[in-house]
Amino acid sequence: MSETHEGVHRHPAPTGFIRKYIFSIDHKVIGIQYIMLALAAVIVGMLMSLLMRLNLSWPGTSWPILETLFPTGAPGGVMNPEFYLSLVTMHGTIMVFFVLTTAPQGGFGNYFLPIQIGAEDMAFPYLNMLSFWVTLVGFIVILLAIVVEGNATVGEWFAALGPSFAGGSGTVGPIGGWTGYAPLSALGKIAGPGQGAGMNLWVISIAIFCVGSLLGALNFITTLLNMRTKGMTLMRMPLTCWAWFTTAVLALLSFPVLLGGGILLLLDRIAGTSFFIPGGLYVSGLLSGSNPNFPLHTGGSPILWQHLFWFFGHPEVYIAILPGMGATSHILATFARKPVFGYRAMVFAIFAIGLLGFFVWGHHMFISGLSPYSAIAFSVLTLSIGVPSAVKTFNWIGTLWGGRIRFTTAMLFAIGFVSLFVAGGITGLILGQTSLDLPMHDTYIVTAHFHLVMGVASIFGMFAATYFWFPKMFGRYMNESIGRIHFWITFIGVYAIFVPMHVMGLQGMPRRYSQFTEYEFLASLHPLVLFVSISAIVTIAVQFLFYFNVFWSMFKGQKAGDNPWEATTLEWNTSSPPPHDNFAGVLPVVHHGPYEFAVPGAPRDFVMQTDVDVEVPSGNGHNGKH
Amino acid sequence: MGRVLAVIIWIVTLLSVLLFLVGKWWLPEAISNHAPALDRQFMITIIVVGISFTAAQIGLGWMVWKYRDTGKAGDRAVYSHGSNKLEMLWTVITAFIFIVLGVMGQSVWASLRLNDAPPGSYTVEVVAQQFQWNFHYAGADGKFGKTDPSLIDDGTLNFIGLDSSDTASADDSVTAALAIPVNRPVELRLRSKDVIHNFWVPQLRFKQDLVPGMEIKVHFTANRVGKYELACAELCGQLHFKMKSYMLVLPEDELTALQALPQEQFQARMGELLAKYPLPPK
Repeated sequence: MSETHEGVHRHPAPTGFIRKYIFSIDHKVIGIQYIMLALAAVIVGMLMSLLMRLNLSWPGTSWPILETLFPTGAPGGVMNPEFYLSLVTMHGTIMVFFVLTTAPQGGFGNYFLPIQIGAEDMAFPYLNMLSFWVTLVGFIVILLAIVVEGNATVGEWFAALGPSFAGGSGTVGPIGGWTGYAPLSALGKIAGPGQGAGMNLWVISIAIFCVGSLLGALNFITTLLNMRTKGMTLMRMPLTCWAWFTTAVLALLSFPVLLGGGILLLLDRIAGTSFFIPGGLYVSGLLSGSNPNFPLHTGGSPILWQHLFWFFGHPEVYIAILPGMGATSHILATFARKPVFGYRAMVFAIFAIGLLGFFVWGHHMFISGLSPYSAIAFSVLTLSIGVPSAVKTFNWIGTLWGGRIRFTTAMLFAIGFVSLFVAGGITGLILGQTSLDLPMHDTYIVTAHFHLVMGVASIFGMFAATYFWFPKMFGRYMNESIGRIHFWITFIGVYAIFVPMHVMGLQGMPRRYSQFTEYEFLASLHPLVLFVSISAIVTIAVQFLFYFNVFWSMFKGQKAGDNPWEATTLEWNTSSPPPHDNFAGVLPVVHHGPYEFAVPGAPRDFVMQTDVDVEVPSGNGHNGKH
Repeated sequence: MGRVLAVIIWIVTLLSVLLFLVGKWWLPEAISNHAPALDRQFMITIIVVGISFTAAQIGLGWMVWKYRDTGKAGDRAVYSHGSNKLEMLWTVITAFIFIVLGVMGQSVWASLRLNDAPPGSYTVEVVAQQFQWNFHYAGADGKFGKTDPSLIDDGTLNFIGLDSSDTASADDSVTAALAIPVNRPVELRLRSKDVIHNFWVPQLRFKQDLVPGMEIKVHFTANRVGKYELACAELCGQLHFKMKSYMLVLPEDELTALQALPQEQFQARMGELLAKYPLPPK
């Protein structure tokens, strides 16, 4: 498997601006395009969370700018409930799909996987370009959902297409949460505001996104298996490559299921089918089949949608976080100046997480009407997925042990990743138990759990990756002082936001409530809600420092050499930024494992994978020597 | 920098643990027979979670504190690729703890979900709809009248499509609040008219989706008289946050008397009872 394919994929460097930067087939440009897409999407998602926090902690307060922007959704500057719920839906959808799935894999994976295995490009450069552009179309479609629901005039145009198409609810999109549970998401306009055109576009956007991700996954898998350079055996690959590879396999197996589910949901909405809609429904004063606005449906299963959705949705959690785990391992070793502790165990753990990730989707459905027997099986499997997660944590801490840690901003974020992954992941032990799910399900402890582990930890992995690889991508460092301020405030800030949400959940606070003023049992939580909102405002504000740092450093940052961090893997063997074909025509030959730091007797404290004439004691080095 | 980071990790860990320990925000006082076992399992789990969380953060902070680069020339890290013994050890230990926890966590679930409601249970049909709860009581005859979706007419307040031609329906009552007996098993038959809703009473330690097209039977026993808030916990549309009702846990005689009343008086008496019982103290 390790033969090289020199020359097979060589293509001349493009010259025109459009072929070079817009419709590029260079994996590095495409990687940056994905990252830019994520940077655009995350601003939208983040501002939506800001609006949600304003509504939750200052209910009834008027925000004049909202009235200007959304006269129907926020009359008098006060958000109405449907406006809030559309924020919930769009925040989740944009963050999960267009941020957590694009930047870690399509972005950094695209840019660095070919370089780290010593290839000149992806196996299918045109397919790569296509996967980005398809994903971008998906993003444009989800933004259109904001327009069709937010703008009455546009909403009316769509109404001409049929009853399920009417928009103009005055919201910023559909109402369904990122999970879009049927039949709420399947019934159309009759089920209330936010169930018309915006929901159609939501389903279409996700279906398009699935196609883009599938194309990308095929490319990653083929590239990694076929295009490794001479000497790059599988067990000499950086852990980042293992993570991207496993992520691609998960994407390849899970996105088709969501794609199929999405198409069925769309058919239910516009073609009168009944995949997810049972018979005998009575919605908004009308019986199914009694009125042209509510055609006859019969025989569908709402729970089928949940199975299809979560068969994708649970692996998606790992699609979001595995690349962050890879980057963290890579960066911890580099700045601890030490080999990764238990490389082989880390590879097995990635595999185990990927594999088990396909057998636990039912833990999202314990109280949905699932068979109580299968719930038990799903529960025990869920708890066992904690084992490889714990193994990874032990190995990260083991990597730091005995190191000589250099506290760059990238390293701070990588250490932050470990801390947050533990904080977020450990509550899975509570939520994964069938019995304990009875009080915990659909409360804020779930919100806290998945935001910490899937959202914030993954994003910390990407922050680490950005600060770490920026010098390679742009030939300049990011500003470390700004970076450190960004780290300190963000690290403390995310704990301040999400830890209190756990105890809100214990008290029973349900998710997806636009107000908590209706219930006595939630009244004592107001100070915490306020505290979370203030923490969120500060944390969100400080992210603009990051944006400034990225764009300022691209042009004004301190210049960086080829290997500014004294690292070992192949991306540091080429210029910063790398030439069009990555290695200027000469593919590197690999002689060592990926993390040979502090090798006794070696001239420097790091041995690059390409170094010749250096003795490394154990070859691949898994002998457990201390 | 390493020491600052270590201290911050430790402080954040301490504050996080304290937030749980102060006890101001915790599970509300329980009122169901299965709750003590569930709460015990929760305590065991959260102790394991708390210890693991604290140990991992202390360990992480310690590495960061101790192994910072001092900048001494020629000073190198320990050259180690790991230890298979340690990998085996922590894999086996975590697997043991997590799986034991996972298996223990099934007992309350099994007692509630793997068997039918005991004979003699008090049965109520629950029919949810967008932003309203309907509770259907069998009346003195103990038999539920037939219902049919085609008979539903919110305009004439026949919210559940009760078939008045069925004699069993004559003494039935439908109200917007739930009344159940204390210390007697209760079976709920959960249905939905439109989208998915969720029956959620925090003090019961109990939650279940109501799925259109399905009738889901669940059972539990409440053991403290009083009035409790009942919330919808599954996103059901615009006014989800307002889909609220109350659950009254009544002494058996009070419930029997209520049950014997015809529909209009039933409604009125339910109103009195809701006013009579206060919510649990905050």
